[in-house]
Amino acid sequence: MVSFDDNGIYCAQADVYIDPWKPVGKAIITHAHSDHARWGMGSYLAHHDSIPVLHYRLGQDIKAQGLAYGESIDINGVRISLHPAGHIWGSAQVRLEYKGEIWVVSGDYKLQHDGISQPFEPIQCHSFITESTFGLPIYNFPDPLTVHQEINNWWRQNKEEGKNTIIIAYALGKAQRILKHLDTSIGNVFTHGAVDNINKLFEQTIGALPPARRIDATIDKKEIEGSLIIAPPSALSTPWLRKLNPYKLGICSGWMQLRGARRRRGADRGFVLSDHCDWEQLNTAIKETGASNIYVTHGYKSIYAKWAQDEYGVKATEVETLYTGEQVDDATDNPEKGDVSNEGL
Amino acid sequence: MKDFSRLFTEIDQTTSTNDKIDALARYFAVAAPEDATWCVALLTGKRPKRTIRSGELRDWCSQLIKIPVWLMEESYHVVGDLAETITLLLPEPEQTNEQHLSNIITNLMALQDKAEDVRRAFIVTMWQQLDKQELFIFNKLITGNFRMGVSDKIVMKALAKAFEIDENIVAHRLSGNWNPLTTKLDQLLGATDATDDISRPYPFYLAYPLETAPEELGAIDDWFIERKYDGIRGQIIIRNSQLFVWSRGEDLMTEKFPEFHQLINMLPNGTVIDGEIIPLKDEQLLPFHLMQTRIGRKNLTKKALQDAPLVMICYDLIEYYGEDIREKSLTERRLLLTEMLSQLQEKFPAVPLQISPLVICENWEEVASERLNARDHGCEGLMLKRKDSVYKTGRKRGDWWKWKVDPLSIDGVLIYAQRGHGRRANLYTDFTFAVWNGDELVPFAKAYSGLTDKELVEVDNWIKKNTLDKFGPVRSVTPELVFEIGFEGINPSPRHKSGIALRFPRILRWRKDKSADQANTRQDLQDMLKAQH
Repeated sequence: MVSFDDNGIYCAQADVYIDPWKPVGKAIITHAHSDHARWGMGSYLAHHDSIPVLHYRLGQDIKAQGLAYGESIDINGVRISLHPAGHIWGSAQVRLEYKGEIWVVSGDYKLQHDGISQPFEPIQCHSFITESTFGLPIYNFPDPLTVHQEINNWWRQNKEEGKNTIIIAYALGKAQRILKHLDTSIGNVFTHGAVDNINKLFEQTIGALPPARRIDATIDKKEIEGSLIIAPPSALSTPWLRKLNPYKLGICSGWMQLRGARRRRGADRGFVLSDHCDWEQLNTAIKETGASNIYVTHGYKSIYAKWAQDEYGVKATEVETLYTGEQVDDATDNPEKGDVSNEGL
Repeated sequence: MKDFSRLFTEIDQTTSTNDKIDALARYFAVAAPEDATWCVALLTGKRPKRTIRSGELRDWCSQLIKIPVWLMEESYHVVGDLAETITLLLPEPEQTNEQHLSNIITNLMALQDKAEDVRRAFIVTMWQQLDKQELFIFNKLITGNFRMGVSDKIVMKALAKAFEIDENIVAHRLSGNWNPLTTKLDQLLGATDATDDISRPYPFYLAYPLETAPEELGAIDDWFIERKYDGIRGQIIIRNSQLFVWSRGEDLMTEKFPEFHQLINMLPNGTVIDGEIIPLKDEQLLPFHLMQTRIGRKNLTKKALQDAPLVMICYDLIEYYGEDIREKSLTERRLLLTEMLSQLQEKFPAVPLQISPLVICENWEEVASERLNARDHGCEGLMLKRKDSVYKTGRKRGDWWKWKVDPLSIDGVLIYAQRGHGRRANLYTDFTFAVWNGDELVPFAKAYSGLTDKELVEVDNWIKKNTLDKFGPVRSVTPELVFEIGFEGINPSPRHKSGIALRFPRILRWRKDKSADQANTRQDLQDMLKAQH
């Protein structure tokens, strides 16, 4: 019922693609990160909360339709519905049912509760397409509330030492998650323009966030002393960042679990905070779907497929896609139009 | 181990040298003397011998947490470090138990020759009672590659600060043959003079690469110019009618150099000579690899000694009739050295010591052209030493400079990649390069360093998208990317498919302007080989 071709994940019966990477007619989008939501589709279908971000990133003129979680539509006999994926706000798993056969395309997902996106719901299915970004047993993510506390403590300490605190996080998803859990009694919060743009969309779509000011030309260097600044990975090693000296730099990502990744980025601190599944979460998710066919996409796909096959007796196949998962090493997070990274100060 | 673990974290979280020195000094002030002693031993490269094999650790961990060994292997390839892999895989302990660093190390050493179940029981018990940071340190200790991101110099500075002694004295007292099991740090640092350990070398004075135009060094008359030989930097020590030969890595290598044993009867007691040990036969400099092969041998046969006889090219005298003369000027030291060696050569024409000849130049232009000739003399470049310089400790700017010739280079095609270690973990950064032999690509060098972090990420992404095949941790990739590989020398090697081995290969730059068919050929390498030998 579902196949993989050069354009993406394809359901021929409904003639729709899920998260296609080449321009196609009809696309269902699991979430609005740029490796899943690309430019040039005839029409877009996604969760309601993702629609404003799609318009913002891909243009106001795209044809986009929103759907609620659990709401279903029928295309040529295929019943299609979206269900919470817990990855970022508005992220969805796509459930496709045709003549009693059920497939779930999970996009990116996590089982951890992040406090801002609707938690992941396991969906019973025959075939489950899963990512494997952190599909190795070395990835055991700590309780996110502990991590948020560590971030706050570190901020407090930096402020006492007369330093600014910079947190590097994806503009969409991670940045709002972090902002939501900051202890704003410590000091002021500022944002990079790319983060602020997404924050505004969040506030229009979902609700209020703790106060944070965009860094622009009106802000005096004095005002940011001792504050915390949230910036996207693309801001790393730019003049924009250098102007925020003296600062301590923290990166929030699942990759920070590895010493090598932490040291190579030259970060002062690495916080293990991810919007993807760690090893246990992946295993739990696979088991809970009851699926007998597992398709493993982006990440440690061959390793995870072998493990799932040996351990759970399911048929596991690795699939080549153009999804990139979580990245700290490049700037794919910020392709949106109007992203100004060298404004202000 | 709590205080040691805290020290580790503090050092890990800073890049500032002063912060590191302060953290260490604080630690030395509070740590139990045995722990402080071991800390210094570990940080200056005196690691205890391994008593557990990697394979055993892998098996025990895999059984303990019930994951298959192949999955542990895969995890290891991603993490790039076995100690860290095990640390990440083990669950948090239910309760932790405080133990002294020194006890842990002595217990580990006691495991030598114990039965597997005894060793296993000890390791597994430790795994279940250390918190994550301690666990990482413990695993680093048992895998024998404990490091902390501090140089010997930082340790010396911290000790100087904590014990209020001059840094050079610390360096001198720490160098040489002390055993952390039998010597306490305070005894070591409290030693009144150098005579209680007659083997002790002086800390080597190391030159910095020349950073400016030589003209900026001032008048040429203020400088000695010497050739920079490609050998093993060492100190020959004669004291109490005994010989000691130390290499720059502070390894005692006396047994490797039987030709120096005769020096006991030739040189006065209380002599320390600094120089370069090189293979020289019938006044002809032999290639470095001949010496390397000889050094690597367990049993030195007569033939090996005849094939690669070694001499020391002497360039400094640092102890003279038992007196430390490092504070005298180089002019004076060199005069004493020259006198000593010329008397020796008169009496014993075959003495394996030669003075490092001065390269006489009228001006800096001549120096520059002598540098370019270096390879004709089998040398790597020139050394520039200020005539009035004292013999300093460690790598210091100002008085001694090395001015090497530019490396040889060749353009190779990237054909294999493997994940790196340490800060390159989880990135494909260990590359194998090939040159053309007809239509075939023949691997000729492996290189790890030379690209910027940004380029590494770019190449890593490219590799993931252009993988042809995987063999264990190695990927073969589409032969497309061309890199300029620099190296210091080229030698014949029957063990390599290309028939050659390069010395110190590294990536000079990514030749984005070249396609694979424009890379060099095996013939080009062979021509370079011929030109060198």
